[in-house]
Amino acid sequence: MTDTASKPGQTEVWITGIGLATSLGEGLDANWAALQEKRINVDEKGFAPYVVHPLMPVTFDSQIPKKGDQRQMEAWQRIGTYAAGLALDSAGIKGNKDILSKIDMVVAAGGGERDLNVDTGVLTAEAKGANAPGFLNERLMSDLRPTLFLAQLSNLLAGNIAIVHGLGGTSRTFMGEEVAGADAARIALARIASGESDIALVGGSHNGERKDLLVLYEFGDFNLRDKFAPVWARKDHAGFALGSAGAFLVLESKAHAEARGAKPYAKLSSVVADLARRKQPGDMAATLEKLWAKLPKREGKGAIITGATGAEPATSEERGFLKGHADFPVRSTGTMFGHTMETQFPLGIALAALSISRGALFPPNDSTGTEIEMQGAPTQIVVVGAGHWRGEGMALVEAVS
Amino acid sequence: MTAPRDKFGRPVVVVTGMGIMTSLGAGKADNWAKLVAGESGIRTITRFPVEGLKTTMAGTVDFVSVDPFSSTALSERMAELVTQEALEQAGIGAKADFPGPLFLAVAPVEVEWPQRRELGRAVGTQDFNYDDLLRISGGGKYSAYHHRFMFGSVAAHLAETFGTKGSPISLSTACASGATSIQLGVEAIRRGETDAALCVATDGTVNPEALVRFSLLSALSTQNDPPQAASRPFSKNRDGFVMAEGAGALVLESYEAATARGAKILGVIAGCGELTDSFHRTRSSPDGKPIIGCMNKTLADAGMTPDQIDHINAHGTATPENDKMEFNTTSAVFGDLAQKIPVTSNKSMVGHTISAAGAVEAIFSLLTLEHQRIPPTINYETPDPTILFDVVGNKARDARVTAVMSNSFGFGGQNASLILTREPA
Repeated sequence: MTDTASKPGQTEVWITGIGLATSLGEGLDANWAALQEKRINVDEKGFAPYVVHPLMPVTFDSQIPKKGDQRQMEAWQRIGTYAAGLALDSAGIKGNKDILSKIDMVVAAGGGERDLNVDTGVLTAEAKGANAPGFLNERLMSDLRPTLFLAQLSNLLAGNIAIVHGLGGTSRTFMGEEVAGADAARIALARIASGESDIALVGGSHNGERKDLLVLYEFGDFNLRDKFAPVWARKDHAGFALGSAGAFLVLESKAHAEARGAKPYAKLSSVVADLARRKQPGDMAATLEKLWAKLPKREGKGAIITGATGAEPATSEERGFLKGHADFPVRSTGTMFGHTMETQFPLGIALAALSISRGALFPPNDSTGTEIEMQGAPTQIVVVGAGHWRGEGMALVEAVS
Repeated sequence: MTAPRDKFGRPVVVVTGMGIMTSLGAGKADNWAKLVAGESGIRTITRFPVEGLKTTMAGTVDFVSVDPFSSTALSERMAELVTQEALEQAGIGAKADFPGPLFLAVAPVEVEWPQRRELGRAVGTQDFNYDDLLRISGGGKYSAYHHRFMFGSVAAHLAETFGTKGSPISLSTACASGATSIQLGVEAIRRGETDAALCVATDGTVNPEALVRFSLLSALSTQNDPPQAASRPFSKNRDGFVMAEGAGALVLESYEAATARGAKILGVIAGCGELTDSFHRTRSSPDGKPIIGCMNKTLADAGMTPDQIDHINAHGTATPENDKMEFNTTSAVFGDLAQKIPVTSNKSMVGHTISAAGAVEAIFSLLTLEHQRIPPTINYETPDPTILFDVVGNKARDARVTAVMSNSFGFGGQNASLILTREPA
């Protein structure tokens, strides 16, 4: 009912641009090379005992030339605005005013990046006895940077992308952790497939190097502690390692791409999503099975790229689902990039399109046997995104015939 | 017999259920009565201390209680209540089985001060740093706060309570969020993905930090006394908006599905439009082109011309910049008609319900169509001489209203407009 797939008479939707800034590097070549070499960038010390995948430093100036713009953003927005610029470059539309003035943006975002000094300053003063009724108000009025709010607002990632790269079409921001990334792709695909839109910028960004986020996920004991292990090898040591990444895609109708001579990395054939109740063991796996059945038929050489988090019980449920489709080689973005929350699903689509365009799936990196080698070029890759707490999404990325 | 499709061949999208809550009260009847009577819901804040704040009033919803209190919990409860009202009116589906998707406009979610303070106290020492907070966060004691402060938590609760289908979407387009939730529902029905959609918008974020944030951006009125007179859209002495809480829910259906089940049609979402402004994070492009484009796109989407609009439910925040910009852009689109079409701002009475405003004001627009009576813009004592709107000042006005344009403009260059009509065109 709320699924999107190219139906007969609907236009084919191509992925014509990919922008990646991750813990493995920036750009498609650097990320691809790291994947080939099974190189993982993980920090076990900086946030000890928690493990994070830090952003590989980038020169923000190259995509966000004005320092004033950079100052108006916190890290998560800078990462996203940077990756969005890479995607526009990759699609060959950077600075193309005709196209950028009408491009539709659907962004998956969190937000709320805190000023930790302000927070701890208030709390320690209160611990020392500050208890005047207006104490919090006065401290916030004097200590909060006026522009910090704008760096916290979820829709200001899209806002910054529009300002920095000159986008003037439409702009929608979806929130809701992992599945927001799937829903962003789902709605953008539906709008292009139905002719409501010709071209869209879709993606998200995440700064995993945030203690305020670690607190939030620590409330639920979701953080991976002490030592890194591949996602599938965390059963007795469950958790996700937050990752920093920006992943953006340019989606475009085939006709629009052909008219401007753009080449596709792959086509996005379908995106489906659902909300399993997750009350009983097996609920989530059943929803994944239902989504799998809704995807168009897979007859080509298939593979699965999943954003499995490493958190339990979701990861074990998903492993059960994957076992039922053991003929599809599996790759986990969580192992290689960490958990980038709203960004994980667009990242999965990006890597699926990249793998298809480069004629090979990247190698497995797993000691448990869940990930196996794949020979030959994949033509169909299913992207799976099951949230650590809720929300399930799936996409089919295919080679353009 | 009206055609089930519009002039572009798309399914006509109608409204069959509405629910609303603002600082004026709960439900359509109460809100409408107070709105046309020119009552204000703005009052001095009592929820938390206001010492040290420049702005001490807001349109809070104090008659709904949640425990433990958080802005997110209040947003969720208000959303639940307005959805109940909308579903009762629509009489659609079965209990906990709404036959379509949920599109929820909700304020960005984050851990709030009461929880942060609880954590600070739990450290148990006078001097500590963030790592100490982090160290005591785990172990299951605060697991409820993880669940509460997930961005998707409100939508998931509504989806489970009302049995909406598929993945519920939580969205933010700042002050345009409510309009965007309606637009997403309209698009899903027009694409033929569903016959019905539940569009909800809610905002319960009058808390100290939210107030401080807007205050630091100089966006809020500081005319605290009397609070009822603070929100002065289109007045010369307007000095900012008044934060407010509220929620709105609309059941959208295809005309065909609604009539097939004999549902009462409350109005039509004839057109939606949005256009991004890439000029500045908080200010509109001085030439107004993105807003002008937004209004024009909305007219085009509805297949209508400016002369067919007979009322504008303005964004009308009462910030010095917004109201002037809204008049200038409306003039660019409507020409001389901009001075003849009656214009009103509900925010003069209910304040700015931020994420909910687009839906709250769409519902007020539909009630305006139903009652053929335009609610006033109160506190309109000293008109801004440069804003030549025909403002429905201070007293409600009976009028023939067939099509309303409702505008929403937000931080981050978000502009969205809706056109609502009584009958399918």
